[in-house]
Amino acid sequence: MKNQIRPALTLFTMLTVLTGLAYPLLVTGISQVAFPHQANGSLIVRDSKTLGSELIGQNFSAPKYFWGRPSATATSPYNAAASGGSNLGPLNPAQKEAVEGRVKALREADPSNTAPIPIDLVTASASGLDPHISPAAAQWQASRIARVRGLNEAEVSTLIEQHTEKRQLGLLGEPRVNVLALNMALDQVTHIGAYSAVQR
Amino acid sequence: MTQHAWLMLGLYMLVLLVLAKPLGGYIADVMEGRKHLLSRVGAPFESLIYRLAGVDRDKEMGWLHYAISILLFSLVGVLFVYLLQRLQPWLPLNPQQMAAVSADSSFNTAVSFVTNTNWQGYGGETSMSYLTQMLGLTVQNFLSAATGIVVAIALIRGFARHSSATIGNFWVDLTRVTLYILLPLSIVFALVLVSQGVIQNVAAYVEVQSLQAAQPQTLAMGPVASQEAIKMIGTNGGGFFNANSAHPFENPTPLSNVLQMLSIFLIPAALTFTFGRMVGSSRQGWALLAAMSVLFVSLSMVTISAEQQGNPRLADTGVDQSVSPSIRAGGGQPGGNMEGKEARFGIVDSALFATITTAASCGAVNSMHDSYTPLGGMVPLMLIQLGEVVFGGVGSGLYGMLIFAVLAVFIAGLMIGRTPEYQGKKIEAFEMKMVSIAILVTPLLVLLGTAVAVLLTDGRAGIFNPGAHGFSEVLYALSSAANNNGSAFAGLSANTPFYNLLLAVAMWFGRFGVIVPVLALAGALAAKKRIAETSGTLPTHGPLFVALLIGTVLLVGLLNYLPALALGPMVEHLMLWPAQQAPH
Repeated sequence: MKNQIRPALTLFTMLTVLTGLAYPLLVTGISQVAFPHQANGSLIVRDSKTLGSELIGQNFSAPKYFWGRPSATATSPYNAAASGGSNLGPLNPAQKEAVEGRVKALREADPSNTAPIPIDLVTASASGLDPHISPAAAQWQASRIARVRGLNEAEVSTLIEQHTEKRQLGLLGEPRVNVLALNMALDQVTHIGAYSAVQR
Repeated sequence: MTQHAWLMLGLYMLVLLVLAKPLGGYIADVMEGRKHLLSRVGAPFESLIYRLAGVDRDKEMGWLHYAISILLFSLVGVLFVYLLQRLQPWLPLNPQQMAAVSADSSFNTAVSFVTNTNWQGYGGETSMSYLTQMLGLTVQNFLSAATGIVVAIALIRGFARHSSATIGNFWVDLTRVTLYILLPLSIVFALVLVSQGVIQNVAAYVEVQSLQAAQPQTLAMGPVASQEAIKMIGTNGGGFFNANSAHPFENPTPLSNVLQMLSIFLIPAALTFTFGRMVGSSRQGWALLAAMSVLFVSLSMVTISAEQQGNPRLADTGVDQSVSPSIRAGGGQPGGNMEGKEARFGIVDSALFATITTAASCGAVNSMHDSYTPLGGMVPLMLIQLGEVVFGGVGSGLYGMLIFAVLAVFIAGLMIGRTPEYQGKKIEAFEMKMVSIAILVTPLLVLLGTAVAVLLTDGRAGIFNPGAHGFSEVLYALSSAANNNGSAFAGLSANTPFYNLLLAVAMWFGRFGVIVPVLALAGALAAKKRIAETSGTLPTHGPLFVALLIGTVLLVGLLNYLPALALGPMVEHLMLWPAQQAPH
């Protein structure tokens, strides 16, 4: 056993330096040159301010914006420094109460919409940072957005369709809508609409 | 099962096969010291390592010597990872000024990563410095995976050699696996992940304004891709972030998701081909792969279907849980049980991931298993309890399945009254004792550990969900730890001294309580003479043997765990679906 101590310590040290320093730093170096945008968080910069990340969802609670997935992150929703899900089991009464609360909020914001609500709009995501909702969940909110923003519902619907990502490579994952991107486009459209109205 | 589900499952198995077969041959070349793709580039470096470490590459070890080297090396690893966490506030690469991790949590995490379990009581982005993630956790992702692979190779040598006193040199095997297999695969995979949006930097967390300006956000950063790659390739599973592969910075797109799923099974599947090559009959490897595939495909269908059915308790809340694939006409949606799942993955890509990560001893998650339906959550739990042999961990899956293969021929031998043999080796009393220890040690840890936890106040205090589901949380934790999986029904508050200690014990003995008897078996087999095949030899490559092997795995698994499963997920299923509204 004694003659194994030297190889144990030396090999451990060398492999630690190789896989724990050289390897991650090599990957960092190459990524920063080849994929700087992705490697640094796919950040969205507007007017020289960092607005968010293309990949990380944000909390939307105002009626004029599309709402994303409910988030169960610690202390506040969409806390991107403490990811996590609700971990509620399907039989836990708290699960049903949470869903009922979200249904109520959505219905109060748009009383005339009686269609059943797509399930992903009222259930917490796994990361608490889900940037997407299903196209159905976006379409369900179209009437509210149209009313609050004074837009035509068909216009809003078209905007959603323009922002609907298909399955990747035609077969992977689910069709989805990036909520932050959609809301930014919505602000853009409404802004231009208001502007052109003034011009006329 | 939707059309999308069939398509994903079929495509997955096909691509896996195409990738695993050549890799299996390559691994055999590397481990038998033949010339291979990277030997030219790596040879000078490899020689330098041996020279500095004082290793004579031609001097092989007996099984006991090999086992002692592994234990010694692993102890050094535990100590180092423990100290890194305790000392991180005073070390560099800590832009968020993370405090020292508590003693019990540091110990648990050190054991967890050294045993290839990667159970996480902590949340990555709230407790670990970048240095700890890189130098402690990433390193053990490599070394624990390499350890698993070399044990499997040693066992294969036991079958392949005859009248031999040695089973290889641990230091040489370890170096070769790390240099020629894990490192090159990880570099390539990490860069592919970055191209999809996985982050890779050492910057401080980024403050962003956010669109609805009242709520600014802090985005956690870090060298994620380099850890993510080996996390999957080495079936480790410990996430850089708390949400693991559900976090958009760890697994941003459906493509990154399917690549992560493939990389979990890649080496475990490849090793069945390595086995076939090294014992000189590829059919022997195909038989193991067939048994694994049958179990995997049928069980993944159960998970996917169960999750697609959704939660009947929500039926009267005015929600729509039905799948609608059409993007036009009201928009498509995945439907089903979407609590704890991401919109980009939906039901199918989440449930498939859950089945893969628990069939292999990976434990990475892209959805929260605690929120699964009872049946959807029972399949991952069962797969863990079968001993991680359905593909299983890198190396550990193969040696686990070979243990079951020996048990299968033994049972067949009893039925026809002949001395059992496998790969030309007589299976005798000593071998069966080692097989029995290797098979029984984990159920013992799981069932005793669960019993202790639910009997004590400290154990019950961690439970989050009420009723039968709460029991499942504890059972899952112990199953996951003792079988070195690492996934969780994460509602359980496990970052307490009680669970940190209990689970560390389960992980350590669940790992090395199997590895040591496996190496003893390897040594005993290597020493035996090869016996000639006769008309009385049970062929171990045909459908008959595959069926026998599947039967053995299921029989042992069910006999051990059925009563415990009945108290958890089974009773919960009956409560969720009362008789009058049972799904058809």
